[in-house]
Order: sequence, then C-alpha cells, then structure tokens
Amino acid sequence: MRILLLRVIAILVTFIGLYMLSQFVTYQMDPYYFQVLIECGVYIILAVSLNLINGITGQFSIGHAGFFAVGAYVGAAWTMIWQPMVVGRYSFLQMGTLHGDILNLLIALVLGMISAGMAGFVVGLPSLRLRGDYLAIATLGFAEVIYVLLLNINSVGGARGLNGIPTLISSGNLALFWIFLFVIISIVLSRNIMQSVRGLTWLSVREDEIAADAMGVDTTKVKVTAFVIGSALAGAAGVLYAHFLTGISPDIFSMNTSILITTMVVLGGSGSVTGSVIAATVLIVLPEMLRFLKNDRMVIYSVLLIVMMLTRPQGIFGTKEIGFPKWRRKQPKTEGRSA
Amino acid sequence: MLQLENLEVYYGSIRALNGINIRVELGEIVTMIGANGAGKSTMIRAISGLIRPRSGKVFFENEDITTVPPHQLVEMGICQSPEGRRIFANMTVRENLELGGYVHHRNKRQIREDYDRVLSLFPRIKDRLNQSAGTLSGGEQQMLAIGRALMSRPRLLMLDEPSLGLAPIMVRQIFDILQDINQQGVTILLVEQNAWQALRIAQRGYVLETGSVVMENDTQSLLADEGVKNAYLGE
Repeated sequence: MRILLLRVIAILVTFIGLYMLSQFVTYQMDPYYFQVLIECGVYIILAVSLNLINGITGQFSIGHAGFFAVGAYVGAAWTMIWQPMVVGRYSFLQMGTLHGDILNLLIALVLGMISAGMAGFVVGLPSLRLRGDYLAIATLGFAEVIYVLLLNINSVGGARGLNGIPTLISSGNLALFWIFLFVIISIVLSRNIMQSVRGLTWLSVREDEIAADAMGVDTTKVKVTAFVIGSALAGAAGVLYAHFLTGISPDIFSMNTSILITTMVVLGGSGSVTGSVIAATVLIVLPEMLRFLKNDRMVIYSVLLIVMMLTRPQGIFGTKEIGFPKWRRKQPKTEGRSA
Repeated sequence: MLQLENLEVYYGSIRALNGINIRVELGEIVTMIGANGAGKSTMIRAISGLIRPRSGKVFFENEDITTVPPHQLVEMGICQSPEGRRIFANMTVRENLELGGYVHHRNKRQIREDYDRVLSLFPRIKDRLNQSAGTLSGGEQQMLAIGRALMSRPRLLMLDEPSLGLAPIMVRQIFDILQDINQQGVTILLVEQNAWQALRIAQRGYVLETGSVVMENDTQSLLADEGVKNAYLGE
C-alpha cells in the first residue's frame, strides 16, 4: 500500500515537474538550443529502445530508423489525412484548442506505436531463425524497404515528404513535456524490465541462448517481446518528432539514422541504459558543438568516434548503470548464515 | 518414466542417432556411456526439444513429448545441465540459481526451499553467491550448473558430461552429490565419457557407438564385460 502511494506521488511529481520545466524552458531558452534539446530527447528514446533489443536481449538489429519512420508517418497520416476525413462526423476531434490537440496527439501516438509495434513483431519473427550478422542484414533490409516505400507512396508525398503537419506537441508549450515524458517512460520501462525476474531471462538470452532454453526460458517470446516493445517506443519517438518538425521526408529515416542509433547503443555500452542516454546526448550535441569547424566538422566528429571506440571498446558504460543499483529487487533468503 | 522409441536424429544429411531405444524408470540413475561423437549429447538435445528428431518418439510419464518446446518440458519436470556447463558467466551465482527456478518464479516459497536445498547440497557455492559465475573454478561451475537445473525442481535430471575438464577428485565429489540428489527422489539420466565414475553410481547403463545402442545392462555386468573394459575402462 505504501509503495503504491509512493508510486502515485512519484508519478505526480514527475508530471508536474516536467510540466513546469517545459513551460519555463520554452520561454527562456534560445530556439536553437531548444531544438537541440528536443532532438536529444528523441534520440534518447530511440537509443534506449534499441538498447532493449540489442543491449539487453543481445539481438543485433540495425534497422531502428524503420520503426521510427513507421511511427512518424502513421502519426502524421492521422493528423494530415485520416483526421480530416472523420472530423466532420466527430467534432470533438477538432484541432486548434489545447484539449483537441492533446487528444489528436494521443490518437496519433497510439496509432503510431501500434503500427511500429506490429512492424517490430513482423521483423522480430525472423530473429527466431537468424542470428548475429544475418539478423542485422534482415533488419537493415526492413529499414530500406520502409525507406523505399515512403519514397514511392504518393499519398504521403513521396520524396518531398509530408509538410505542414500541425505542431501538436508544441501546443500549450508542452513539447518538452511530451518528449521527456517518453524519455522517462522508456528509461523506467527498461529499468523495470532489467530489475525483474523477467529481465533476468532477457539477459540470459543475451548471455547464452541454449542455456536459457534449457532453463525453461521461452526464448522465442523474449526476443519477440523485446522487438515489439523496442519498436513501439521508436514509433512513439517518430510520432513526437513528426509533430515537432512539422515536415518529414524519407531522408530523415535513411540508413544513416539507423546507423546513428546503433552507434549510440554501442558507444554507450550495449546493455547499459545510462550509457544509451549519455551516448545519444553526446552524439547529438557533439556535431552541434563542432559547428565552428565548418566543413571539417564531420571529419573531426568521425575521428572522435573512432578514438572513443578504440579507447573503450566496451562502450562508455560497459554494462554498468548509474542511478539504479543493478539488482535491488528482493533476493531469496537463505536460512542461517553461510559457512 | 522416460522412454525413447526408435529415435532418429539427423544433422543435415548426417545421421547422428540411428533409431535408439532406451528407457529410464522412476528413481533410477541410468547412464549412457560412449566415445566422442557417439551421439550422447544429441540424444539429450533431442529429449529436451532443442533439436527435432526426424523420426521416433520420446515419452515422459507415458505422454508423447517429442514436439514439446524446451520451456514447457522444464515445467513438466525435465531439466538438464547442458554440456560444457553453460552457466551465465556474467551473472552472479545467485542470479544463475534464480534463473534456474524461473519456471516457478511465482511460487516464492518453493523457490526458497529449492534454493536452500541446492545450497545445502553444494556448500562450496554458498560462499560465492554474489560473485560473478565466470570467476568460479571449473568444479564449482559444474556444481552451479547442476544446482541451477535443480532449481526447477525436476523429476528427471539429465546431465551431459558433468565430469568434462574436471580434476578426478572433483569428479568423484560431484558424482557423490549426484547420488545424494538421486536419493532425494530425482531420477537421473547421466551421459558420460568417464565410464568408470558413471558406472560407479548408476544402476543401469547403455553403451552408445556411432549413433546406435550396442549394449544395455545393469552396471555390474557392464563393469565385468570385456568389451566395455577394453574400450571404456582402459584396463
């Protein structure tokens, strides 16, 4: 009972804190920095969600931009195409007011997450047969298929993309609130998974799949679940990003983006949520900080990446975490003392 | 309790098991001895559902389990300590044991009982609960692998070469513990190359050669058999 109360309080404090921060920051912050901050948030969600698949269950997916794209386009399709079709009949869906915007954003989020999650399910299925580099190629192929499809579907603008998406998440200065709400959701979700008995089974799949099988872990279920949750979160990131940028095109979701997200997970240390968060921040902020170098900036950026990987091949954090001791959950007690 | 009927397993076009028939009765220790590549591990994998046999059937307590997936077999009461131990090296000893009991993780009381039972069987790993499992010695790792399998409270415990790479004194110790486990009511199917140790604790044995069972008898007779002596006991 007390734990439940503490949880409710924690959730309330988070909501209010995020809301106030969001209001404050939006007024005080230079728009450029604000944009970078939002971008960091989006990529943290992407990196943390990919970490669920690559880091915790030890799959090797490098097509995360595909799920990101599915979420972004499905979310944008709701606000740009489907919502106008039904708004005549259901007037409460009207955008423009705060609660109308929030309602539409929530619908877009639900649709985006469900469709990205379903895509994750479809891509997760071959992961039962494919291992390591073969799985990597399959996921990369999936991301490319999505990319090419988007380039060629005219109703979503083809190569020009979709423009004029309403900035639903900025309505009421809530952009930061929404983005970081999902950042927190993805981090807390990862943390809860890792600290539960179930999380132990996820880790066991990474450690040794055959042994996990032999221990009665349903490895199939673990892998597919990781894919579905990871890609649904990437879908949420897509919906939020689309409704922040107001314009999306297939280029945003190209292979480069997939590779960037994978780099974040590897650089942060596969399996470490903290690492993913920090690496995502570094990889978004660093190129901005190097802007004074003009044309040489991507060269320096790449060199820095190489140096980081050479000096710490296990990633910044390895598999360690800060902020949550790895196994704080209850351990079975032994009777008496150990000899 | 366990019965294999004409079990045939192929790896691609290569036949690994050539229609074998074995049975294990409740409360027994049965051993399967044979040289490298005879098909011993293949048999364990086929029973535990990690590979599909091409033909033949596996029965557990008169139920056909040939196509039951591995995680359900553990729930039914069959667990194995796989070849080469395959402990989770980066997890702590405690976490390894917890994973072993995963199929019963909702039943906290049972987990605690099994946990205490395993630690009393293997006092050596009790001192190392919070150590990562990869830092254990070979013998301790093997104890952990057996303990982990016991955490699922199996009625049939299958062991694949528990003596692999261990010092003779450690092998002896582990096999003595296997006898204790058996006396606590766990039926054991033991696959071994170390024929002498295996036959010492088992009641019955099978000899496997290139995918076929070539001999089946109680251990006294096997130990006395000239062919077995020459081929496996090195006398």
